[in-house]
Amino acid sequence: MKTDPRAVKTGVYYIDGDVAAGLGALAAGCKFIGGYPITPSTEAAEAFARVAPSAGAMFIQMEDEIGSIASIIGAVWAGVKSMTITSGPGYSLMMENIGFGAMLETPFVLLNIQRAGPSTGVPTKTGQADMMQSRWGSHGDYELIAIAPDSPQEMFDYTIKAFNLAERYRCPVMIMSDECVGHMTEKVVIPRAEEIEIEPRRFYTGLPNEYLPFKPDADLIPKMAKAGDGYNLYITGLIHDERGYPVKNEEFKSAYVRRLVDKIRLNKDKIIEIKEDGTSDAEVIVVSYGISSRVAVRGIERAREKGIKVGNLRLVTVWPFPDEKICALAKTIKAFVVPEINYGQIVYEVDRCSHGKANVVLVPHGGSGVHNPDDIFDAIVYAAKQERKIEGVIEYKTKLEKMIFGGGNKLKE
Amino acid sequence: METLRTSKVQEAHPEDPSKIGCVHPMEDVLRMDRIPHIWCPGCGIGLAVTAFSAALERANIDLDKMSIVSGIGCTGRVAGYVKLDSFHTTHGRAIAFATGIKVANPKIKVVVFSGDGDLIAIGGNHFIHAARRNIDMLVICVNNFIYAMTGGQVAPTTPLAAYATTCPFGCVEPPFNIPYIADSSGAVYVARWTTLHIRRLSNSIIEALNKKGFSVIEVISPCAQYYSRINKLGDGLDMMKFYHDNSEIRHGEDTKNLDIGFQKKIIVGKFVDRERPTYTERYNEWLSELKGAKDESG
Repeated sequence: MKTDPRAVKTGVYYIDGDVAAGLGALAAGCKFIGGYPITPSTEAAEAFARVAPSAGAMFIQMEDEIGSIASIIGAVWAGVKSMTITSGPGYSLMMENIGFGAMLETPFVLLNIQRAGPSTGVPTKTGQADMMQSRWGSHGDYELIAIAPDSPQEMFDYTIKAFNLAERYRCPVMIMSDECVGHMTEKVVIPRAEEIEIEPRRFYTGLPNEYLPFKPDADLIPKMAKAGDGYNLYITGLIHDERGYPVKNEEFKSAYVRRLVDKIRLNKDKIIEIKEDGTSDAEVIVVSYGISSRVAVRGIERAREKGIKVGNLRLVTVWPFPDEKICALAKTIKAFVVPEINYGQIVYEVDRCSHGKANVVLVPHGGSGVHNPDDIFDAIVYAAKQERKIEGVIEYKTKLEKMIFGGGNKLKE
Repeated sequence: METLRTSKVQEAHPEDPSKIGCVHPMEDVLRMDRIPHIWCPGCGIGLAVTAFSAALERANIDLDKMSIVSGIGCTGRVAGYVKLDSFHTTHGRAIAFATGIKVANPKIKVVVFSGDGDLIAIGGNHFIHAARRNIDMLVICVNNFIYAMTGGQVAPTTPLAAYATTCPFGCVEPPFNIPYIADSSGAVYVARWTTLHIRRLSNSIIEALNKKGFSVIEVISPCAQYYSRINKLGDGLDMMKFYHDNSEIRHGEDTKNLDIGFQKKIIVGKFVDRERPTYTERYNEWLSELKGAKDESG
């Protein structure tokens, strides 16, 4: 289905990633954003608020982040596509309702412009330390989709993709961007409306008295209905049967939660998007995402100039994680190098999927800035030299850390 | 689709006495396949639901266009027993969720039916802000003075000196006066009844349903299992007798004077009934001005 022409501000712009995401949401058919201001995500909300009325959409500034995410889930059940926008502390506040949304199989998009944590951290500087939180932050078992754009153009494109994935799989989709991408200003091309493909909501169309809101189709995803159409929906965060009625027994519990995770896990191949360059004959592969993948390119180029065979594997989709891909590559290479702006999150996923077949080198960064490409280059050189397998994740000592700690903290005897 | 549900009782030959009792009089608005409900003997929430159901039968509103939203707790279960579009949301977030429904589709009539802990403690922020914005919804707040679902803990409505499991030496915190908060935050309709005043409560619900804007009805309800057992107040019937002897109807009373003391007089009635533009009205007005300005500038 093509998007509404009123929602597409076709043209060539020089804008930042936040603004591009706001315009992307509108182009994707988003009709409602409930949000609460938090640095460094506010520009996205402001951009959407400015353009929303021209496409019959609206922005409401809620009283807090919990109210924001609750309001968008309500709006989705009233029939519209919705999104919320946040960062750091606000993201933490939203956790309960992310699980609620996953439980109700509510399609919505959450834009997280990650900032340096923990706690208030450095609100105006970048970080990538919410990656595990995006996967495991809400209690209980559930699966969702997370994508990590690395440029303003991608903030526009992948916001649209996030809405499409949410509708397709009826689950929350996280856009795990970061301050650097959010505040980076680059050329963004917004195409014409007829070039933008959007996924319509898959509404049930049969008789009201035969409708079962949680009866899955063959692809494990149920058809949706909305409030006000006479279906007498019963939507609850309790474990429920196909009618939506609460049930407690373990058979139902297992069957329901199994489907919630399986609808994502079994469709992984269709969901996951990765970008590869030179991985087929590589001895070292750099695995990165978001802003770190932009920085990694320079380190990879330098290593290639030195004659090292380095592959570049960029995770556009971070969750679900491309287990099989990493596992297959691990058998053919010496090592993975994983630069990320945290002290080890996605690197442990890479290590898990390597099954001991390849070394895994973390290039950490504490946040408030991005890696120095030299560190990524040095880590590649180090990884290429290692002949033996070292157990566990190897933490590469960056120049910054050597300067601060002399190579790491030590406990005193 | 049929716009108004006809009562099955009317269909079932009222002149035939053998039919009496075979159809529940509120079958049209209750999910009979979910009965029996989970509430304890002596609990007042069922009475609040009865008053609500009776109001729906008489209110002349298209029930297919009505959503009921609850949070978590004993009263949080109400949404699941009423045959409307029912949403049983996260703790404290019923009003925020309902705000999303209302702004996304202003044609839907939204009722939030939840408890004092859900709406006034964990959800207090959403309560005052929805009132400030004047989102068009009816909030029915069942106040049983205690957290009952979790076993009798102190609530922000527990009267001074009353006992609860987490204030075993008596409550030392002054309670919230719900009508006063609603009034001062901007609600257009504020009333309070006990579960004894079932017809007045039902009439009040009809009145509030036909009112545009943020309306609040507080329903004082017995919790026979926890509040009254811990405080040695007898069973549900004893609580109802207490309401009978100690509640006083004072319509138009200043909401400042509506504090509830432990086993003291309960003032009930309709306290606020005024007009204010709703959020949607203001938003649409602003939109048409915006459009007008654009048209003028060409």
